[in-house]
Amino acid sequence: MTSSAPPRDRGLLAFFLESTFLGLWIFGWDRLSPRLHATCIWVVHVGTLLSAYFILAANSWMQHPVGYRYNPRTGRAELHDFAAVLFNKVQLVTFPHVVLSAYLTGAAFVVGVAFWSMVRRGASDEDRGMYRSAARTGAVIALVAGLGVAVTGDVQGKIMTEVQPMKMASAEALYNTEGSAGFSIFTIGSLSGNQEKFAVKVPGLLSFLATGHTDSTVEGINQLLAQYKKTYGSDPGATYYSPGDYTPIIPITYWSFRLMIGLGLLAAAGAALILWLTRKGRVPTGRVWVWVAIAMPLLPVAANSFGWIFTEMGRQPWAVFGVMTTAHAVSPGVGAGTVLTSLLTFTLVYAVLAVVEIGLVLKYVRAGADPLPEDTGPNDTPDRPLAFAY
Amino acid sequence: MELTTVWFCLIAVLWIGYFCLEGFDFGVGMLLPILASDDRERRVLINTIGPVWDGNEVWLLVAGGATFAAFPEWYATLFSGFYLPLLMILVALIVRGVAFEYRAKRDDLRWKARWDLAIIIGSYVPAVLWGVAFANIVRGVPIDANGEYTGGFFNLLNPYALLGGATTLLLFLTHGAMFLALKTDGRVRHEARSLAARFGVLAAAVAVAFLFWTQVDSGNLGSALLFVAAAAALVGGLVAVGAAREGWAFLGTFVAIALAVAGLFVALFPDVMPTSLADGTSLTTTNAAATSYTLKIMTVVALVFTPLVLAYQGWTYWVFRRRIAVHHIPEQPARLPAA
Repeated sequence: MTSSAPPRDRGLLAFFLESTFLGLWIFGWDRLSPRLHATCIWVVHVGTLLSAYFILAANSWMQHPVGYRYNPRTGRAELHDFAAVLFNKVQLVTFPHVVLSAYLTGAAFVVGVAFWSMVRRGASDEDRGMYRSAARTGAVIALVAGLGVAVTGDVQGKIMTEVQPMKMASAEALYNTEGSAGFSIFTIGSLSGNQEKFAVKVPGLLSFLATGHTDSTVEGINQLLAQYKKTYGSDPGATYYSPGDYTPIIPITYWSFRLMIGLGLLAAAGAALILWLTRKGRVPTGRVWVWVAIAMPLLPVAANSFGWIFTEMGRQPWAVFGVMTTAHAVSPGVGAGTVLTSLLTFTLVYAVLAVVEIGLVLKYVRAGADPLPEDTGPNDTPDRPLAFAY
Repeated sequence: MELTTVWFCLIAVLWIGYFCLEGFDFGVGMLLPILASDDRERRVLINTIGPVWDGNEVWLLVAGGATFAAFPEWYATLFSGFYLPLLMILVALIVRGVAFEYRAKRDDLRWKARWDLAIIIGSYVPAVLWGVAFANIVRGVPIDANGEYTGGFFNLLNPYALLGGATTLLLFLTHGAMFLALKTDGRVRHEARSLAARFGVLAAAVAVAFLFWTQVDSGNLGSALLFVAAAAALVGGLVAVGAAREGWAFLGTFVAIALAVAGLFVALFPDVMPTSLADGTSLTTTNAAATSYTLKIMTVVALVFTPLVLAYQGWTYWVFRRRIAVHHIPEQPARLPAA
């Protein structure tokens, strides 16, 4: 596992940028020149992108380990080519995909808040124009980012088919190798491969997603399973790999793949709808738009979550694909009860914090934007109050 | 010098940075119910560390990350063996971090009191547990021949380790009071000075006992010199605070903490986690290290970025160098909705 260490370590250095300059930005309104103050938030922006790059490099290495050698003496995967890890082909497409989906999420949040505030205000409200332009700016970014997410996601799918074919087969629950494989929009009934009841299928689409051609062959789960058993089951370090079932949990991969794509596209469509509704100075009214506003921030959050569930569950039973199974990656000294305790603790803490967070967001959204503070001119007396204080 | 030794030193420096910096912001959190008499004063305390505490905490992440990268076996044994205490520290830090942000978001004394409690508990728990954890590392814990920790949770709560916890608790309380004396004005400043002196005497007594025990059990010449210097710096800080020289006083506890932690690492070397079992295997800088290729890359990264990080973190402290008093605290936190 040492291979992923240097990227992670560099990512940690980027955390210094984020936290230090965020502190400067939050508290520095009257301590820094406007230009320097604005620079601070851009440093946070760059720091965040750097963190994302190095964290995703570590994750991409787990999907497609490169630049390492297995050392039988230490039983470890040891790094020998750092550049290969940084420029892993999975990483080069995962980074834009994840970062664009983060822009989509941020923009959709702004759109949701601004559009909601605009729709609910009367025609006489002078803040309506501000909310309209905020909603439109957010919608443009959401739409562009959303399309970028779709394009990078498509490239990612083709690379995934190359390096983790089982994940692509599991995304469609495709049990047997097929030429010109179709993609089912949804399936009613079991996904076990022998009793499909009803499915709406687009012919050739899975082949296209996997390779770029509608008539190409996509390998099925059963054929891949036989291959994997041959490759990994007969490995000399058999205690290191657990020979057995190399298939992820199909209903999870099948549905999370669809929900990721569907909800992500819906978010981009919502942004397009809002741009159309607000075209040429128009301000839509009507209760139904309130629900569009509420859905906007939730759609990309859900799509992101299903995307991560898909890519992580789709890699199973591997922690590091082809190198180390998840079962083997468990720390030997840590019992199941201990892990359960930490899982329950974190779930509880984050659930409570989520309730608090959502309550505060709603409260501040309802209150609306503050009026602009009066500009009292430069005030450098030592007794003036802090520009921002907790 | 061997690269593994360089990285042992670098990790020691990161932990020293973490304890010297977050030590005082833990101290400020712990002093919240002791030093401040009303909401305004509590806000004075919180705002002294407001812009910097999160940057201080990154030192911990980097120390942990560097341990993972340079000594993967050390990281594995440490984080598996100390799973529950580290979980408690992590939860405390999460709750404490959001509490700083959330407490100001509603103008409601009960709401604020609840988050104050989170800040207080979130500061006491790690202040004690870090001492307990480091004392156990230096003393040695049961590690078998495969490098796995075989003790339980209660194994970690031995008298020596508890004394270590009391030492970090009192040192951080003193350090926090010294910081507040330097960074505030008015009643809070005077109160901080007198608390620093009182906690400082207690901290000195307990720290000397802990460091003496450490020296007898696992010390060497280097650690002895560092421990004596640490005690001298602490006494110097106490003399300075008595003379109302707040800058020197804060420097005193800062240097005392740095030297004491350095001494613990010197006492540890070349082990990183000694075993307490007769037939166990101690983890050392050699058998717990990553490959030399990994270490080389990380050395380059560290050489480039460490000065940069120090420069801009130093600049942050310069930007927010002004003392804060109650009249600097705005009536309401900025941008608070009326409803």
